[in-house]
Amino acid sequence: MRTAWTLLLASSAIAVLAASVVRAADTSFAKIERGRHLVDVGDCVACHTNSKGKPFAGGLPIETPFGTVFSPNITPDRETGIGAWSDNDFYRAMHNGIAADGSRLYPAFPYPYFTKLTRDDVMAIRAYLNTLPAVKHKTPRTQLDWPLNYRVTMRGWDLLFFKPGAFRPDPKKSLEWNRGAYLVQGAGHCGACHTPKNTLGADEKNKALRGGTFANWFAPEIANNMRSGTGSWSVDDIVEYLKTGRNKHSGASGPMGQVVADSTSKLPDSDLRAIATYIKDVDGGPAPAPPPPPKQDDKVMGAGRAIYGDSCSACHQADGKGVPRMFPPLVHNANAQQHDPTTLIRILLQGTQMVATDKRPTPFAMPAFDWKLKDDQIAAVATFVRNAWGNSAPPVTPKQVAGLRQQLQQQPATE
Amino acid sequence: MARRRDVNRRQLISASVLIGSSLAIDCAQARSISGKVPWQPDEANKPQIVKPGPNQFFTSDEAEFIDAAISRLIPNDDLGPGAKEADVALFLDRQLAGPFGKASSWYMQGPWSKGTKTQGYQSRRTPAELYHAAIKAIDSYCTGKFGGKKFAALSADQQDQVLKGVESADIKLDGVDGKTFFTVFLQNTIEGFFSDPIYGGNRDMVGWKLVGFPGAHYDYRPYVEKHGQKLDLPPVGIKGRPGWTPS
Amino acid sequence: MAKKLPSIDVVLVGFGWTAAMLGQEFTDAGLKVLAIERGGWRDTSTDFAVTFAQDELRYYWRRALFEEPARETLTFRNDPSQTALPMRHLGSFLPATGVGGAGVHWNGMTWRFLPSDFVAKSHNTQRYGALSADMTIQDWGVTYNELEPYYDKFEYLCGISGKAGNLKGQIQAGGNPFEGPRSREYPNPPMKMVYGPTLFAQAATETGHKPFPGPAANMSRPYTNPLGVQLGPCTYCGFCEKYGCGNYSKASALTTVIPVLLRKKNFELRTECEVLTVNKDSAGKRATGLTYVDAQGEEFEQPAEIVVLCAYATHNPRLLLLSGIGQPYDPKSGQGVVGKNYAYQITSSVDVFFDDKILNPFIGAGALGMVIDDYNGDNFDHSGLGFIGGGYIACWNTNGRPIETHPVPKGTPKWGSKWKAAVKKNYLTTATVATHGAVMSHRNNYYDLDPTYRDVHGRPLLRLTFDFTDNEHKMSNYLTDRAADIAKAMKAREIHAKPREGHYDIVPYQTTHNTGGTIMGADPKSSVVNRYLQSWDLHNLFVMGASVFPQNAGYNPTGTIGALTYWAANAIRTQYLKSPGPLVQA
Repeated sequence: MRTAWTLLLASSAIAVLAASVVRAADTSFAKIERGRHLVDVGDCVACHTNSKGKPFAGGLPIETPFGTVFSPNITPDRETGIGAWSDNDFYRAMHNGIAADGSRLYPAFPYPYFTKLTRDDVMAIRAYLNTLPAVKHKTPRTQLDWPLNYRVTMRGWDLLFFKPGAFRPDPKKSLEWNRGAYLVQGAGHCGACHTPKNTLGADEKNKALRGGTFANWFAPEIANNMRSGTGSWSVDDIVEYLKTGRNKHSGASGPMGQVVADSTSKLPDSDLRAIATYIKDVDGGPAPAPPPPPKQDDKVMGAGRAIYGDSCSACHQADGKGVPRMFPPLVHNANAQQHDPTTLIRILLQGTQMVATDKRPTPFAMPAFDWKLKDDQIAAVATFVRNAWGNSAPPVTPKQVAGLRQQLQQQPATE
Repeated sequence: MARRRDVNRRQLISASVLIGSSLAIDCAQARSISGKVPWQPDEANKPQIVKPGPNQFFTSDEAEFIDAAISRLIPNDDLGPGAKEADVALFLDRQLAGPFGKASSWYMQGPWSKGTKTQGYQSRRTPAELYHAAIKAIDSYCTGKFGGKKFAALSADQQDQVLKGVESADIKLDGVDGKTFFTVFLQNTIEGFFSDPIYGGNRDMVGWKLVGFPGAHYDYRPYVEKHGQKLDLPPVGIKGRPGWTPS
Repeated sequence: MAKKLPSIDVVLVGFGWTAAMLGQEFTDAGLKVLAIERGGWRDTSTDFAVTFAQDELRYYWRRALFEEPARETLTFRNDPSQTALPMRHLGSFLPATGVGGAGVHWNGMTWRFLPSDFVAKSHNTQRYGALSADMTIQDWGVTYNELEPYYDKFEYLCGISGKAGNLKGQIQAGGNPFEGPRSREYPNPPMKMVYGPTLFAQAATETGHKPFPGPAANMSRPYTNPLGVQLGPCTYCGFCEKYGCGNYSKASALTTVIPVLLRKKNFELRTECEVLTVNKDSAGKRATGLTYVDAQGEEFEQPAEIVVLCAYATHNPRLLLLSGIGQPYDPKSGQGVVGKNYAYQITSSVDVFFDDKILNPFIGAGALGMVIDDYNGDNFDHSGLGFIGGGYIACWNTNGRPIETHPVPKGTPKWGSKWKAAVKKNYLTTATVATHGAVMSHRNNYYDLDPTYRDVHGRPLLRLTFDFTDNEHKMSNYLTDRAADIAKAMKAREIHAKPREGHYDIVPYQTTHNTGGTIMGADPKSSVVNRYLQSWDLHNLFVMGASVFPQNAGYNPTGTIGALTYWAANAIRTQYLKSPGPLVQA
């Protein structure tokens, strides 16, 4: 007994020593740089900064159906940030979704993805965050609806839907693929938006990256279906998109525009290639059977064609081919052919601005049509765009348009 | 189970990203812009669309004059509807009730002086005041000259006569420069006949159909080199055309 | 009491073409730059989007993009014996307010002046003898050859669509054979041409002239400029000049520079702030900065190392006068320089009425047309004609917007059934041949401050005294006759020549080509700025824009304004910054 305890103590000591040895190297520039890079991958700054505040000082209200989650302050401030947390506290938050005081974190913080990060990488992130200026900013308390206001209920959720564990490389795949998988499944947490969710807000099983809804957007499929995903994009196309915000197929705008501006445009090409290699290998699943093509004299298509010809063709051109890297082509446009048309309807209603990057600084913006077109007209032109030029996707109904209009009016105006 | 605010959307994450905002609205200075080109969704500086309804500017007497006068300026005839049919009266009413009528963007400080012809409009009257004064004066002239009949009650020929006289200043109106009024009135009538229907006139795009102007059509590239070809494009306004509605 | 702000390297007054270009140049040189614009922010998708840009009433007739006379206008008279009265609403010219300035609603005609234009005085005197004493034209102090690389730079910034006529001295078919030599082709090919201008070009060729496509800042194809900013292809929507472009296909500060400039950490723009005065030190040798007022009415003092006036050709002279910088011009004595040599453009046209040719006038772009330059500048022998200078003659398809454009033959009543019938009959089948002539400077054409009328801040309005002289009338009538000759050769049913007659009238729209008032030259006694657009009085003050033209030429001014801006920027970057002080010894 004494021997076992001694051994335990000894091994703990070794572990601690080892940790100390590691900690001595903690402040190395290389580690902090690695942490900074991972924070870019993770786009932490996007959620952990509010519109008036300093970066990473938290306080951003994140609307969920269960109430508003306020992002915490992750600067090193000891009172209002995470400066008083130990390394283990920080690791436990990232790896297990548990805060320093032992309470459960809500998965608005995507710990189910961050769990995949190695401990070394989590510590590198910590090392970088420790270099940020400490900002005294007490963020508002998150108060979700009953019973979720009791964080202990998240134990149940975690039990059902969350299995902590670092990423395990697949020996059958290339180094590049594995790097991409690690980035996408881990820090990049792409599936947080791009993977469909079940009724309790967890990722649907075996449907990774097949498109997901959030906050009146639909993040499109980025798995490898030809029509609706990235199947027709080359690795170079994907790299160009993530780096410059646009490629010959599309341009990043709205929330993805922010991701490009704050995250992917800062990553080295090797990471972008790895991400592209991986997602092109993610199975998009069986493509849904295309709906029957609309009849020649279809009234909705006729109206949509008229609207398109008079108005949309000004930028997207009469033949739908757009001007690559400027006005996205609509022919074979994956975003326009998602089974869920929310994003298409939304940009028709409110307009959208393409992200500006150093390489492509011109922020082309599509104007808002909500005041100009009625619900049945928006539905008609959306249906037209989804089914012209060889495109194929379910029609859009006036009811869908009316519903989104109402939702958007209720929500505060954001990107 | 938690009460769901949004039954249709299962969502846990709402990405509201407002960092990198380019607008620092500081009360002390009007607006400081740096970092990126400003943009907000749905911020269209869109046009003010006229809603039909009772007159906001013309009295019923004035409305009678307007209906009659615009029918002479751009008559209904075998070429098609005229200004009255095109709802130019509604257009004029809304224009005069708004900033144009109030001369909101004109320099309306004194002192006042008639000036030379080349110095332009020097009346202290806003268009709204000009219309009120001139219509009154014209009707007053007509009742005097035509045995108690106001302008609207005259025959078409008599009306033309009066309008020509006001236009040339051969008819001197009481207390108002008729020639200046007529210039503005004719210009506004033409505006009402040919402007986008959202402003209340050019009803059903009859003005555009008269001349063959396709309206707010943005891409003419397929037609640039079709020299000499009549295009017969259905005219379209800012709020569209009948073909835009599935029916 | 104005609140004093931290000093800045460069402050730019106004934020249109020249300020955006200078902002880019100076931030590249590492300077901290601030631009102050009295109007608001505006941009394509929010202020003139494709969804509502084609609104003739709002943008032209209700002046949505233009300066509001209620805030500031000028007073006008034809000659010094009259009392100037306010221009109460816009007419003859359409200055702008707001980000991008008049470059948002211009037509895009982008020209180079002729080599002889820059030495108009010496060239014409040499060839034709002494000029009239009252004609106060001057040589510019800079030559075409010196400006050539900067014309090129501006044309490539904008993506001008055109065909070179003179490549390094070799005349090229299809271009303007009279132009000065250029070092390389235009960045984009000419636009596809509509019917009316091709009929004009045919007739022009048959009558011995050399037509060519107008050089256009309307993109003939998608274009990425040297700054990496992208423009889209023009779709000939017909709402170009006086309107904002809805699909990024007209060059403007917004579509060529601002996307890159705003991303720079050393650049800031303050909108809705109006500059009241440029301030100078007690010795009167340096500008110390400026005073401006914000939208709330609070005043601020903005110190700066370099001040540049980029506030349009009318406001720049006014600011100098209000600030007491330089000696104001007095027409009686001929002394003084600030306000001197105002000039403009003299225009006329010939309507060409066909019966049988559908011209589709609504298919248009701001600079879409065919032009002849045979009668511009000194491209022809003026012996015995009694005038100097000239202009181009063109058939443009810029506008079939029916409120503005409903041509009817001479003698048609102005309203009624006959008018209606004539409008219907002639709308689709009428072309216009237009002349665009130079105005020479004259001792009685000038700016000063009005003694009576004030702006919203209580400052005196600018007073403009201007009329066409004999030179202009003779020249314009000559051009109109030449235009009519070509129009006749188009073999239409009838033509109607409309020469410019009588006194200059501020009411009908003509052009927004106001020039002069802060003219450039070789001698401080007869100019306000030197050949680098640097003030002779305050060496850290520079003035951009057409107010530096000593007289006007027969072309739209923007190309030359762009070239001069880059020329000045280069002098400031390579000389002034290294050694601040006068760049030219007086």
